[in-house]
Amino acid sequence: MQIRILKDKILSKLMLVFTLASVSLLLIIGIGLYVHSIPILEKSSWGTLVTSSIWKPLKGLFGFYPFIMGTLWVTGIAIVIALPLCLLTALFVVEYAHAGIRRVLVPFINLLSGIPPVIFGVWGVLFIIPLIQNYIAPHFVEFSTGYSVLAGGIVLAVMIFPLIVSIISEVLNTIPQELKDASLSLGATKWETIKKIVLRKALPGIIAAVVLAISRAFGETIAVLMVCGNNAVVPHSVFDPGYPLPALIANNYGEMLSIPLYDSALMFAALLLFIIILLFNIISRLILARLERKLTS
Amino acid sequence: MTKTPHISVQHLNVHIGNQHILNDININIPDKKVTSIIGPSGCGKTTLLRSFNRLLDNTPGVSITGKVLVDGEDIYDPKAEVTHIRKKMGLLSQRPYPLPMSIYDNVAYGPRIHGIRKKQELDQLVEEQLKATGLWNEVKDRLNASATRLSIGQQQRLCLARGLAVSPEIILGDESTSALDPVSTSIIEDLFISLKEKYSIVLVTHILRQARRVSDYIVFVYGGKIIEFGPTEDVLLNPKEELTREYVKGYIS
Repeated sequence: MQIRILKDKILSKLMLVFTLASVSLLLIIGIGLYVHSIPILEKSSWGTLVTSSIWKPLKGLFGFYPFIMGTLWVTGIAIVIALPLCLLTALFVVEYAHAGIRRVLVPFINLLSGIPPVIFGVWGVLFIIPLIQNYIAPHFVEFSTGYSVLAGGIVLAVMIFPLIVSIISEVLNTIPQELKDASLSLGATKWETIKKIVLRKALPGIIAAVVLAISRAFGETIAVLMVCGNNAVVPHSVFDPGYPLPALIANNYGEMLSIPLYDSALMFAALLLFIIILLFNIISRLILARLERKLTS
Repeated sequence: MTKTPHISVQHLNVHIGNQHILNDININIPDKKVTSIIGPSGCGKTTLLRSFNRLLDNTPGVSITGKVLVDGEDIYDPKAEVTHIRKKMGLLSQRPYPLPMSIYDNVAYGPRIHGIRKKQELDQLVEEQLKATGLWNEVKDRLNASATRLSIGQQQRLCLARGLAVSPEIILGDESTSALDPVSTSIIEDLFISLKEKYSIVLVTHILRQARRVSDYIVFVYGGKIIEFGPTEDVLLNPKEELTREYVKGYIS
């Protein structure tokens, strides 16, 4: 008997230790990045690093504003494209599709998430870039190579598609049939029921799905860097090239380290990315909590 | 009965998958009365109730033959318009499912869908139905609070008010008191009795005492068939069929 109780105690403590270890990893990474960023932070302030657009490493000028904007543009475009498509797909899969169609469709959607990012990158270069260069951009701007934040956004949208669809589908599946019946029995159509009841009830879950997808999108590197041009200027339209933070790090780490402070600058880029994702998650949690309070009060 | 009853079921058969749930059901539901469908669990009584407003359609693998005439119109006719049929019936399910919105909006939901936009008109409707279900005095100061804040008994009355707000002719109750405490149960039962002046009421229940208290007519369903149908006293006290007698005495359940 004593051994059983002892086992129970040891296991619960062990689980606590592992949980704390994984949580502290977050802290350790943050501190590590900060320590390595100190050399560049000693030379210029946070404010100038974040707001300056001048990127001339050889002269010791490191302005991260273009990279921050590149990251935001690509992620923003991706979510604007992906969200409506994902929402409609999830609604179709859960509410409209017959069981047989659903059984075929869901594995296909999930398969998308198993494709390596580099393949999405190649697909972007082969199909999306020419599409933008020859067919989309000419309607709006005089010239575009196709390598643009739009291309990055499209590729990224396809990559986060399965994640958002599967989370939203799960949320939709949790909505009780009786609640839908209540609306239908009042003479509402299926679409009215979905619009006014299902989506309303699912809203916090949909937001959570978007948050997760955006967090992932911020960090997506290889596929994006293959198509978005990697030009250190602030994009002013969707057809301009951009240079997101992860692409900056991946392209240069281990190559340009002979330039003074470059090493530290890349670490600072990583720290910035880390902070952006952290801030984004904290803010969206707050919004979500408020929303849930509002829905139940 | 000379005039057409609100609900008339003719040769209704329901299969779900390869199970024969309802077997050749024929019944005229009396108008402006409370009719209770009783029977052991799994006998098909809820399926019968749900066939009246075509909520069965959403069940996977269901196939339905026969006719359900509502006001003389066959609701399973391919040309029948389902939202129009459902509007004629208020449904009160086993547990209250308030819509994720305020108390006011819950009641106003149906009328808004059917095109009532004027605030004055909606205000009046909401007040009227909340009064009809005895909820008005309890909630009139917090109409904009979320419906989920109400007690479960209040929620069930709100769901009833919500159903009444689309001016149905029929109220369908699917074991509507099974999740409620005794006090809330008796409030709902009293409501059914008072509402039969204006509505035809069909209830599914497995509580014989409740069937006796509330209903004018009883339908006893067993194994997907109607075994006996008649006035409450007759069916419960002098059943004609052996199966009914056994069920009423509690030998089968």
